[in-house]
Amino acid sequence: MTGPLLMGAVAYDPKVVTIWDGFRRWFDDQDLAFDYVLYSHYERQVEDLVAGRIDAAWNSPLAWVRTRRMAPAARAAAMRDTDRDLTSVLVVRADSTLEGPADLRRRVVATGAVDSPQGTLLPLGLLEGVDVAVRRFEVGVGLHGDHIGGERDAARALAAGEVDAACMLDANHLLFSRDGTLPAGRTRVIAQTPPFDHCNMSVVGEHPLLERFVALLLAMDYADPVARPLMDLEGLTRWLPGRESGYGALEAAVGRTGFYDERGVVTADGYRP
Amino acid sequence: MATGPEAARAATGPEVDLGPLGIDGGGHLLIAHALARLPVGSPLTVLGGGPHLPVHLRAWARERGHRVEGNVVIGGDADHRRLAGARRAGATGDVAERAPAAWGLAARGAIVEPGAPPLVGADLDRREEVWTELAPKLYAQAAAGQWDPATAVDWTPPELADEVEVAVVQVMTYLIENEQAALAVPARFIGRIHPHYREVVQFLTTQLADEARHVEVFTRRGRLGGRPFGVSGAGGRASLLTLLDEPEWPTASFLLSVLGEGTFLSLLSFLERHAPDPVTARIAHLALQDEARHVAFAMAHLSEHLRSDPALRYRLAAAVRRRHDALLDTAGLSDHVHDALAILAAGEWSHEAIGRGWTLVGSLQEEMNEARGRRLVRLGFSEHEANELSALHTRNFM
Repeated sequence: MTGPLLMGAVAYDPKVVTIWDGFRRWFDDQDLAFDYVLYSHYERQVEDLVAGRIDAAWNSPLAWVRTRRMAPAARAAAMRDTDRDLTSVLVVRADSTLEGPADLRRRVVATGAVDSPQGTLLPLGLLEGVDVAVRRFEVGVGLHGDHIGGERDAARALAAGEVDAACMLDANHLLFSRDGTLPAGRTRVIAQTPPFDHCNMSVVGEHPLLERFVALLLAMDYADPVARPLMDLEGLTRWLPGRESGYGALEAAVGRTGFYDERGVVTADGYRP
Repeated sequence: MATGPEAARAATGPEVDLGPLGIDGGGHLLIAHALARLPVGSPLTVLGGGPHLPVHLRAWARERGHRVEGNVVIGGDADHRRLAGARRAGATGDVAERAPAAWGLAARGAIVEPGAPPLVGADLDRREEVWTELAPKLYAQAAAGQWDPATAVDWTPPELADEVEVAVVQVMTYLIENEQAALAVPARFIGRIHPHYREVVQFLTTQLADEARHVEVFTRRGRLGGRPFGVSGAGGRASLLTLLDEPEWPTASFLLSVLGEGTFLSLLSFLERHAPDPVTARIAHLALQDEARHVAFAMAHLSEHLRSDPALRYRLAAAVRRRHDALLDTAGLSDHVHDALAILAAGEWSHEAIGRGWTLVGSLQEEMNEARGRRLVRLGFSEHEANELSALHTRNFM
C-alpha cells in the first residue's frame, strides 16, 4: 500500500502551519493523499529528503544547492512565480561618497545571516576581490534567510551610520523604504546582482503520487477562493514548473565561500543551525 | 487638455509617468491604475519614478504576478483572478430578499471577494423577517433625535410633598427596570440580524441608546429628592423576564414594542400630563418621543412581515397567550406602582387630589387597553381577537 506523499517544510514562521495545513486540506479535497512534516532548519530537511524519509522538500535556494550536491539526480519540480528573477542590492546612505562596490575597500558592509542567499551569499559576490569587513546580523540561522530579521538589522545599522553599506533583497529594500526602517530618500543602491531564483519544490526519489502532486500544484488557481488565501500567505499568484537554471550564482557563492563541500557536507565556518 | 501622469499615453501608447514618485512613495498606485485599464498581458512603459525604480519596479511587479522587462511591466491576471466569481452584495440602493452568510460584513452593494469564512450567527437573514421600508427614515429620525440628558433637562430639584415625592420615586423605580428590559431585548437580536439590512441594525442601536438614556434620566429623577428607591415587585420582574426569554425576533419585537412599549406610550403621556414637577414631565416627554419611534418601527416591520407571511399572526397571538399563561400565578402590576401612579397624578396629599388621581389611573388603564386593541387591528387582527389579546397583555404594562 502506498502511503501519502510526505513533504518537508521549514517552520520559519507560525504561518507555515496555517499554509501547509490549508494546502493539506486542499490536496485532500482533490483526492491526493498528502502530509507534511516541519523542520526547525533546512539542513535536516535536506538530509531527510536525500535519505528518502520525505518525498519532497519545500526548499530554500541554498537547500536546493545542497540537495543537488548530495543527490545529483535531484529535480526542482515546481516553484512560485515569485521565486523567479529576484535580485539583491548593495545599499549605502544617499549622502555617502561611495559610488560602486570598489569604493567599499576597507569599509564595513552589513549582511544578513551567514546562510542567507539574498542577504549575504549572493550580494557579497558583488564585492568579490574587494577588501571589506563584513558585519553579519545572525538572525534565524539555519532558516537560510527566510527570517527577514537579519536583513532588517543590517538596514538599521546602515541607517544608524554604524556600517558603510548593507546587503538586502530588492523587495526588502522596497519594504524597508516603505516602513521607515530606511528613511525615505536617504539611501542609494550602488550595485545590483543579476537575477537569481529562490525556493523550489525539490524531489529526489520517486513516489507514485509525485506526478499528480506536481500537476495539482501547477493547476492551483488564484481564482479558487479556498486556495487563494493560502497562496497569498505563501506569496505567490501561481505555481510554475521548477527551473534549475537560476541557481548558478548561488552555486558559485557556495563554492567561493566553502559553505558546503562538493558532496554537500556543511563546511561553513561557525555555522550552527 | 488632459494633464497629469497619464496624459502622455494618448499620444505615445501605454506609458505611465511616475514623475518624482518612487514605488516606495506611492508611484505603484499610478502603475496599478494604468494596468487596470489595459488588457492582461499588455506592456506598460514606466517612466520617471526616481533612482530606485529599476530595483523597486521588479520587486513590486513580481509580488503581484506581473512581469518586468527593463522599465516595461507586462500586466498579469492575478488581480482579475482574485475577483473571479466575485458578486456584489446586493444593490447599493436596494435590499436583497435573502442575505447569504458569504456576504459577511460587506457593505451593501460591495463586490464580495470569495474566500472569507461565512458570517456565523446572523440567522435573521431574510428581508421579510426584519426589513421595513421605513427603516432608513426612522433611523435618520432617531439619529437626529438623540438628546443629551445633561442639557435637555433642567435638573433643579422640585419641592414636593413627601408623600408625592415618595410616589414619584416609586414610579421611577418601576420605570427603570422596564427600560432595562427594553434595552436587553433588542440587544439580544442585533447580532443575529444580517448586516446587509443595516438600517434595521442602525435603528435598533439607536433604540438601545434611547433605553440607556431613559435608564439614566429615570435614575437621576429618582435620586433628585435624596430619597431611596422604592420596591421592585416580584410580579413585575417576572413579567419582564418573560420578554427576555422570547427566542424569536418577530414575537419578541411584538411583545416588547407593539404591546409593551405601545402601552408605555399611554403611560408616559400620562406622566407628562399629570407629573407633579417639571423634571418628571420633561423626562416623560423625551422618553415618549423615543418610544413612539420604537413602536412605529415594530409596527412597520411586523406589518410587512405579516403581508408576506400571514401565518405569523397565529405565532404572535400564541406568544401573547403563552406569556399570559406563564404569568398567571404572578401579581402583575404591584400595588406599590399602581398606588404611586395615583398619588403622583394627585400631586398633593389631600382627599380631593387622591380621589382625582385614583380616577385618572383607572382611565389610563382603559386608554392603554383601547390603544393596544387599535394597534392589533392595524396589524390585521380581527376586532374580537384584538380585544381578547389586549386583555391578555401583562398587567405590568410592559
